Amino acid sequence: MAERTRGESAREDQALTASGAPLGQARLTKGPAHAAPKGGAVRMQARWVHLRAFMENKLAVAGVTFVVLMVLFCFVGPLFWHTNQVTVAMFDLNRRPGGKHPLGTDDLGYDVLGRLMSGGQASLEVGIAVALIATGLGVIYGVISGYVGGITDAIMMRVVDIVLAVPVVYLFIDLAATFKPTLLLLIVVLALLSWLGPARLVRGETLTLRVREYVQAVQAMGGRSGRIIVRHLVPNTVGTIVVNATFQVADAILTLAVLSYLGFSLPPPAATWGGMLENGVNFLYDGYWWEIYPAGAMIVLTVVAFNFIGDGLRDAVDVRLQRR
Amino acid sequence: MISYIIRRLGQAVIVILGVTFLVFILRHLLPGSIARAILGLHAGPQAIADFNKANGLNKPLPLQYVAYLNQLIHGNLGYSFKQNMSVDSIIRNELPNDVLLVGASLVLSLLIAIPLGLLQAVKRNSITDYAATGISFILYSMPSYLLGLLLIAFFAVNLRLLPASAPNASTLGGVLSNPSGLVLPIATLTLVTCALFSRYMRSSAIDGLAQDYIRTAKAKGVGTSGILFKHLLRNSLIPVITLVGISLPGILTFGLIIEQLFNFPGVGLSYYTAALNGDYPVVYGITVLVALVTVLGNLFADVAYAVLDPRVRYG
Repeated sequence: MAERTRGESAREDQALTASGAPLGQARLTKGPAHAAPKGGAVRMQARWVHLRAFMENKLAVAGVTFVVLMVLFCFVGPLFWHTNQVTVAMFDLNRRPGGKHPLGTDDLGYDVLGRLMSGGQASLEVGIAVALIATGLGVIYGVISGYVGGITDAIMMRVVDIVLAVPVVYLFIDLAATFKPTLLLLIVVLALLSWLGPARLVRGETLTLRVREYVQAVQAMGGRSGRIIVRHLVPNTVGTIVVNATFQVADAILTLAVLSYLGFSLPPPAATWGGMLENGVNFLYDGYWWEIYPAGAMIVLTVVAFNFIGDGLRDAVDVRLQRR
Repeated sequence: MISYIIRRLGQAVIVILGVTFLVFILRHLLPGSIARAILGLHAGPQAIADFNKANGLNKPLPLQYVAYLNQLIHGNLGYSFKQNMSVDSIIRNELPNDVLLVGASLVLSLLIAIPLGLLQAVKRNSITDYAATGISFILYSMPSYLLGLLLIAFFAVNLRLLPASAPNASTLGGVLSNPSGLVLPIATLTLVTCALFSRYMRSSAIDGLAQDYIRTAKAKGVGTSGILFKHLLRNSLIPVITLVGISLPGILTFGLIIEQLFNFPGVGLSYYTAALNGDYPVVYGITVLVALVTVLGNLFADVAYAVLDPRVRYG
C-alpha cells in the first residue's frame, strides 16, 4: 500500500492549532450552520471561525442565496403560477415569450416558465437525494476500509477501483437502451455510481486519523472499534464529507442533464432541465431561443451555485488558508 | 520504488480482470439475450439455439467467461454482427481520430490552465482571479453539450465562420484534410478540460503558497519570479500531472458527448450508435477499452506521483 503523506496531516495539525480546539469537535456540526448546543467557549469560538470564514466568502453566500431561491421557485412557485404540464396544448405551440406565457411555450404547448419549475423539482430532488445516499454509502464504506486496513482494505479499494474504471455515462447509455427510467431508478443508479469518490476520500482521511493519539487513547482505554468509528473517525471527516457532498449535488444535476441529452431521462410528460434542453436543441436553427437558453441557464446557475457553496465550505473548513 | 511500481502494476491487472468480469456479468444480467438482439424478434427457437451453440453461448457461464478472457488476452474485443466487422477493426479505424481530439485538447488546455491557475493563485481574490474563476466555474458547471451548442449557435449559425459538424470522414487523413471542422470540437473539449485543470492548478498553487518552503525562500530573499517558477510551479505541477491521469475517463466521457454533438468519427460516437442499435459486442468491447485506458491513467498518475514527489512513502 502506498501511504501518501501529502499536505493532509500537516494541514490537520495546523488547523488544530489555528482554531484553538481539536478539529474534530470544531467540525462536528454539519456545514456552516454551527448551532450545536454543547461546547465550551473555546469550541464555540472555533465554530465561529468557520462560519465567519464562510460568510466572508461572498460567492459562497451568493450560492446559498441562489439555491434557496431556486428551491422556492421550483417547489413553491407552482402554487402561484398554475400551468398545465400534463396535457398537450396543440393551439399554443412554440409561442414567443409574452402575454400569458412570460417565457413562451415549447413544441407541445407547455408553458416554459411552469416547466422550468416542474423540471427543477426533478433535477433538485435527484441531485440532493443522490448526494445524500452516495455520501452515506461512501462514508460507511470508506471508514470501514480505512480503519480495518490490511487485506480487507486492499479488497475493498480494488472493488472501488473496478467500479470506478467503468465509465458512468457509457454505462448509462447501455442501461438507457434497456430500462425505462423512473425518478427512483435514476436516483439509485446515480447514487450507486457516485459513492466511490466519498469512499476514497473518507478512507484516505481515516488512514491518517486512525493513528492519532486520541484514537490510540480510546483503544488503550478499551473502547471498541464501533465507538472509535462513530465517535472519533466519522466526526473528524465531516469537513471533507460536507464539502464533497455539496460537489456531489452539482455533479448529479450535471450528470442528469447529460443523460437526458443522451436519451436517458424521465418519460414525458415529466420534465427535467436536461430534457427541456435536449428537446429545445431541435429548434436551434428555428431561433426558438426560449426553448433552449432558460433551461440551460437553470442548470448552469444551479450547478455554479452548489460549486460556490462547496468551495466556500472547503475554504472555511481549511482554516490554514485563512488570514494570510 | 521498483517494488511499489510492481505492486501497483499487480493492482492494475486485478482491476482490469474485475472490469472484464463486471462487463461479462452485465452482459448476462441485462434483459434480452445476445442471440435475440442479433437475430431479431422473428427468430425461432431453433435459430436461437443454433446461434448459441455456434458462439459458445450454451456453455456454463464460468467457461464462457474464461473463453471471453482468452479472446481479450489475444486482443480480440468481439465481433459486431450488425456491422459484420470485428470490434478491433472498428476501434482501429477510429482510435487515431480520438487520439487527435483528446490529445490536442489536452495539450491546449494544459498550456492555458497552468499559467492561468498560477496567476490566479498569486493574485488571489483580485478582479483577475474572480473573472477567471467565474468563467471556469461556468464552463465547469455547464453540461459539455450546452457549451458545444453555444459555440455552434455563435460560430456556425450566427457568424457562419466554422462548420457545425466535424469533417465527414472516417480516417485520420480524411479528418485532417478538413481542419476547419475540427476547430469547434477541439475548442469545446479544450474549454471544458481547461476549466477543470485551472481550478485544480489554482488550489494546488494556493496550497503551495501556504507551505513553509515558500516562507523559507522568501526569508532567504528569493525574488518573486524565483519563488513562482522554481518553487511554486514545480511543486504545484505534481498534482496536475496526477490530475491528467485521473481525469482521463472524464475527458473520454466529455469526448463521447462532443463526438455525438459534432458527429465526430470517433470511438465514442461508435459506442453511442452501437448502444442505440443494440450492437452489444461493440458496446462491451469499447467499455473494456475505456476501462483499460482509465486504469492505465490511474497507474500513470500514481507512478508519476511516486517518481516526482520524494515525499511520497511507498512500502
